[in-house]
Amino acid sequence: MILPANALEVEHLSVRLGDVEILRDLSFSVPKGSSLAVIGPNGSGKTILFRALIGAVPHEGTVRWAPDARIGYVPQRLDLERNLPVTGDDLLRARARLAAAQSSDIERVLSRVGLTREILGKGIGTLSGGQFQRLLIAFALLGDPTVLLLDEPTAGIDEPGQERVTETVRRLQEDGVTVLMISHELSVVVRWATNVLCLSREHTYYGIPRQVLTPEVLEQVYGEPVALYVHDDPRPIS
Amino acid sequence: MAVAAGLVGAFALMRRMTLAGDALSHVALPGIGVAILIGINPLAGALVALLGGAVLIWALERRTRVATEAIIGVVFSAALAVGALLATGEQLIDALFGAPRTLSTWELVAGLTGAAAVIAFMLAARDRLVLLFLSSDVARTAGIDVQRLGLLYLLAFALTVALGLRFLGALLMGSLIIIPAATARQVARNLNQMLGWSVGLAVFATVIGAWIAESTGHETGPLIVIVAASCFVLVTAVRRR
Repeated sequence: MILPANALEVEHLSVRLGDVEILRDLSFSVPKGSSLAVIGPNGSGKTILFRALIGAVPHEGTVRWAPDARIGYVPQRLDLERNLPVTGDDLLRARARLAAAQSSDIERVLSRVGLTREILGKGIGTLSGGQFQRLLIAFALLGDPTVLLLDEPTAGIDEPGQERVTETVRRLQEDGVTVLMISHELSVVVRWATNVLCLSREHTYYGIPRQVLTPEVLEQVYGEPVALYVHDDPRPIS
Repeated sequence: MAVAAGLVGAFALMRRMTLAGDALSHVALPGIGVAILIGINPLAGALVALLGGAVLIWALERRTRVATEAIIGVVFSAALAVGALLATGEQLIDALFGAPRTLSTWELVAGLTGAAAVIAFMLAARDRLVLLFLSSDVARTAGIDVQRLGLLYLLAFALTVALGLRFLGALLMGSLIIIPAATARQVARNLNQMLGWSVGLAVFATVIGAWIAESTGHETGPLIVIVAASCFVLVTAVRRR
């Protein structure tokens, strides 16, 4: 049984791909309405963790979602080629029809992510990185999710684009959506996340960002000293 | 048959399986060879081999998404070689390039039924296929049984190849699926247009190819593919300008 206050509980989660152990004995929980940031160096298994949570890769241990959880997933990479003649409208309408949503719902999710109707007629290959990420978030919102999983939504996007994506996610959280997000932006994580899960080959750290992300932990996780500055506080965290 | 090929082809581009799809169509050949050896209808043998090939691709991709294109290329090229040994002479030429003039009533009825089934599936599953080929993880969280849908699509693809075997043969049917879709991709601005153009071009190539064959006495299959390929070249040239 999952605690009523939690959206997700994970106990002793391990994932092996072939002979390689990617994740070992992970345990954490995500309270409803909170935000969890997942950080760690490349190859530490962040995306695999998300895929295990949605049941896309075989795993040991238990993953328990709240009975009323509806998951919206925003992947980092698409299987689809971006330069096919597929528009924002094609994607959103396909998702809306499957979710039995109305045309008005498409307008509503677009405004929630700060996009205009103009985006609908454009090919997905012509959108900027930031616009495309927000389109994918709008796409996920059509399923009326209670939990949103975002895999590095700001990777490869220019800074204004990053801010708009981060702002979008923050607003969704204010609306009560539980957010799990993989991120490389440590300063964003510290400002925004309720909890942080820090993955590395040897150790896993989980807790409140300001307590977990000490210089010693960051050095252990990333294998080199990492200076962490928070924008509204010029002092490094110690 | 051409409508089914156009629809299946447009989604094959989305799935990035143009090579795998072409290779899959070659697996019909050993099926035809075995069918002739044991004395059953060659098309029935081809259908069984194709559906088996589709399940094989599906099972390979389930295990790993890496390097399946290479495995598929090897397995199905080998199938082509085995098929070439089993079938001989005129049979081989018919199996490779098609022989439309020997169509029986039974085959016509089976063909039309099969084509209707593929078209109905493609139209009914369209939205779910868009999600699946966009991202299987997204499709999964939207409540889609991604394994089942992926298998159904591959079976639809295999059935479409089987439908065209009589007309185009094992070597050329893959082309009628892929070329109109690849052409449509260059003209279309959205998904509806892509599906429309892909279907339209497949039907156009089939009708015109068959008409030229009828008037000149040449084989139908190669002419259909030549018409389709000419459309592709024409569209590419016009777009370059």
